Amino acid sequence: MNIIELLKKPWPWYVAGPLIGLTVPVLLLLGNKSFGISSSLRHICAAVIPAGLPFFKYNWRKEAWNLFFVAGIMVGGFAGNFWLGNPDAIVVAGDTRQKLAALGITDFSGLMPADIFALSNVFTLKGLIFFVLGGFLVGFGTRYAGGCTSGHAIMGLSNLQWPSLVATVSFMIGGFACTHLLLPFLLHLVR
Amino acid sequence: MEKIHQHSPLAEPADTEFDNIRIDGCDGANRQQSTEGFTANLKYLIVGVLFGIVFVKAEIVSWFRIQEMFRLDSFHMYGVIGSAVVVGLLSIWLIKRFNIKTISGETVSISDKTFDKGQIYGGLLFGIGWAITGACPGPLFAQIGAGYLAVAVTLLSAIAGTWVYGFVRARLPH
Repeated sequence: MNIIELLKKPWPWYVAGPLIGLTVPVLLLLGNKSFGISSSLRHICAAVIPAGLPFFKYNWRKEAWNLFFVAGIMVGGFAGNFWLGNPDAIVVAGDTRQKLAALGITDFSGLMPADIFALSNVFTLKGLIFFVLGGFLVGFGTRYAGGCTSGHAIMGLSNLQWPSLVATVSFMIGGFACTHLLLPFLLHLVR
Repeated sequence: MEKIHQHSPLAEPADTEFDNIRIDGCDGANRQQSTEGFTANLKYLIVGVLFGIVFVKAEIVSWFRIQEMFRLDSFHMYGVIGSAVVVGLLSIWLIKRFNIKTISGETVSISDKTFDKGQIYGGLLFGIGWAITGACPGPLFAQIGAGYLAVAVTLLSAIAGTWVYGFVRARLPH
């Protein structure tokens, strides 16, 4: 099997996890940058719509590296899907597939269920719940928590910061509660 | 209202005496002393590209993988995050132990996180959003790049959420 064919297959956790972990020392050694992604959303606010709010009054230009980083993630997303994309359908665990099918998800071919993430859903109730409400909670919640999975769960835990452990446990509790209690209701609403 | 507008950082580079970046634990903050221009910042773009490829290829950006994680039906995401933390932990320990300098010769400096209740309340809210969208902030960018253009709406809403947090911050429990 040639190398490109190998790269096109989904990468196992023991390859991807260590590579993501290596981002921590790479950013530190390249320029004393602490790994964290949700702050990019704050820098965008500070640069575009600060509205005189003290929370957005800082020198965002000094943090421009973070905007370059997320722009890179977008380009990487393109390369990963269009040049190194998996030719086969995603393999979803049988139990999850069964439970989601019972909740009305029918398309298990791509990385994202087309039932929800189709562009045509933007101006529907699905769009309002899964894009607008979900996105709002991601932006508001990460900033309120002072970081996201990268800033707290990876960077914070790597640096043995106990507040990051509190945040990570809270992320997980919120996610479990939403998946098991709220999501069935939301998916029922949009059926 | 007019006065606020006059002092908006849009009109002029933000005043350093109003440097409020540190008031939320400054995740992802820049601690380098020397300033970097456009070309120096390109190296972070390259790191981002590699990072984005890993995101897509390990299917971390997949809504299904996040569902599997919260339904305890797959070890994949736990393996990814767990091994990332182990590698990060070892790297930071090595950097501190051997006092490894940055490429411009500075001592590596990482700010400590201070606890406030936001980590609980905000964490719970983000967790709910994570399960709905199947994405934390990083994967949002990767999903858009991967062609899921509807996620641009999610990203804009996340920016709006961040802005609203900045607006109501003083009235929230911390």
